[in-house]
Amino acid sequence: MGQVFETIAHEFRESLAMALIALRINKLRSILTLLGIAVGVFSIIAVMTAMGVLLNSIESGLSQLGANTFQIQRTSNFNTGNPQERAKMRNRKNIKYAQGLLVKERATLAKAVGLEAWSGGKIVATLTGQKSNPDVAIVGEDIEGFATNNWDIGDGRLFTQSELNSGRKVAILGIQVVKKIFTKLDPIGQTIRIDGQEYEVIGTIEPKGGMLGGNQDNFVAIPLTTLFDVYGSNRDIHIMVQASSRETFDDCVEQVRGILRSARQVSPGVDDDFYLFSNDSMIEQFNDFTKYVRLGIMVISAIALIAAGVGIMNIMLVSVTERTREIGIRKAIGAKKNNILSQFILEAVVISELGGMIGIIIGILVGNILAITLSVPAIIPWDWVAIGFLVCSLIGVVFGVYPAWKASNLDPIEALRYE
Amino acid sequence: MSISNHVVINLQQIKKIYDMGGAEEVQALRGVSLQIQKNEYVAIMGPSGSGKSTLMNIIGCLDTPSSGLYEFNGVNVSEMNDNQLAKIRNKEIGFVFQTFNLLARSDSLHNVELPLIYAGVTSADRKRLAREALEHVGLGDRGHHKPNELSGGQRQRVAVARALVNRPSILLADEPTGNLDSKTGDEIMVLFEELHSQGNTIILVTHEEYIAEHAHRIIRIRDGMIEIDEIVKNRKKINTA
Repeated sequence: MGQVFETIAHEFRESLAMALIALRINKLRSILTLLGIAVGVFSIIAVMTAMGVLLNSIESGLSQLGANTFQIQRTSNFNTGNPQERAKMRNRKNIKYAQGLLVKERATLAKAVGLEAWSGGKIVATLTGQKSNPDVAIVGEDIEGFATNNWDIGDGRLFTQSELNSGRKVAILGIQVVKKIFTKLDPIGQTIRIDGQEYEVIGTIEPKGGMLGGNQDNFVAIPLTTLFDVYGSNRDIHIMVQASSRETFDDCVEQVRGILRSARQVSPGVDDDFYLFSNDSMIEQFNDFTKYVRLGIMVISAIALIAAGVGIMNIMLVSVTERTREIGIRKAIGAKKNNILSQFILEAVVISELGGMIGIIIGILVGNILAITLSVPAIIPWDWVAIGFLVCSLIGVVFGVYPAWKASNLDPIEALRYE
Repeated sequence: MSISNHVVINLQQIKKIYDMGGAEEVQALRGVSLQIQKNEYVAIMGPSGSGKSTLMNIIGCLDTPSSGLYEFNGVNVSEMNDNQLAKIRNKEIGFVFQTFNLLARSDSLHNVELPLIYAGVTSADRKRLAREALEHVGLGDRGHHKPNELSGGQRQRVAVARALVNRPSILLADEPTGNLDSKTGDEIMVLFEELHSQGNTIILVTHEEYIAEHAHRIIRIRDGMIEIDEIVKNRKKINTA
């Protein structure tokens, strides 16, 4: 048994060596063949790496929401391609402040419920005339919202419950805004002007970084009631709920969903008319959203790989013809059909694997360019690397079998006579 | 008829008919019977088209007869399948060819190792046996030379080392000096003489009288039949300089 294994191991090494020699001798021809496989593998690995990076980015973005937290908003952040779906989304009713308060009151499984409302595209100015670009978001926040958003106060302080209740014009600045308009001054105690309203700066928020290339630090937080006073109280709000523990998370989600469904008078059996997302559902959504991209790439890769496989078959047939005499010699000195068969199949597999390896390496490098762009850690999609190698072996075997079979069935007498 | 233990090759009424398509047939061998004993040194001679190559292919287990009995060391090989024949070729027959037939891209050592690989010999043993075989033919220092770095005579010696490495029952040489000048050809014949004196059984296929006369027995083939089977009286001796 050990000897059989040793023989197989040696045959493998032998075939590998033969394949590498053959590749070296026919460099250009081999490189062109490798290229086909490399392109096919590259496209799939690059896309899968990029998807992995995006997913990581989303996960890290979500984890900034705070532990065990989920968010409810009117519609999803992802656009669906279906126009009917889109119309349905547009027609959804706003999530009202009263509904948020109801959740606060009734969600017994929640540790914290934060409410917020956003208004975008503002210019923030100092009294001395320093101005930001018109791209600053203003967010009305309640106090628990800072916890559920995982926002930490850097300098200064958070507004108080009474400031919230009375709708005082105080502001807490995201670090990006501070950098833009308070280049020299200490922002705390200064006055800023947004849409004609003046606010006292009472604090700043620790930086959070970007998610999906966006910037999460370019905003001004004011008390939610202040926002309602200035911009109208009939606004759509976000509800952020932090479950008290990992174990109660799912129950908490169901509880909040029930509260909202009854508040929004959703009939039983009808889908939610709001969008609830957590880490998991966000990933699910992302996978769903990118399904067709991945499917398309897989189809293209499959076609490329089949074409490349035919290329391998072609080169192996040429190789068998060129090496007819070698095959004759091997048979004369005792090679069985199986020996020749496995040698040539292995050779095809080696060509395929080499191409695959190149495709995988370049694919991972290119896919991770996205990681650099989004400034998230680079990843190696090990599962797809494994699948890549597996598929390459399969291609080598499938397209190597016929040439190898042809080689193994050569008549040794004829083969030895071949010039 | 009983076959004694020292008969290595026993051919009885061997015929080989090639079907050339349609009703046309070529009878390459028309009933050849012969026996070769252990440690014989036999030359098979004949003009081209005589059937000598066909006979050699059958003796070498590269081909099977259309009819007749072929016993190798008392084992019937005339009806063996491809894999069984491959095994006989591997273990029992050492081929030496006119054109050397070494693997051009492999060094001498690896060429000599090749039959051992197919015999399933372990790596360490293989290296040792291949080195010994190369030393045996006087090329102990040429293990890492590739065929194109060796002279014709040296290449044929590598081929002989490869033929001997599995300790086969017969050494089957097909025009072994055909591609060599007469001086190196003589050197190879001296090597064969040595191998014979060490107990090897040698079958030499040639059309050159001069080469055949080194053997102890000459079998002359013509038109697919044995014409003459004779013991050589005045054997050629080479002055080993």
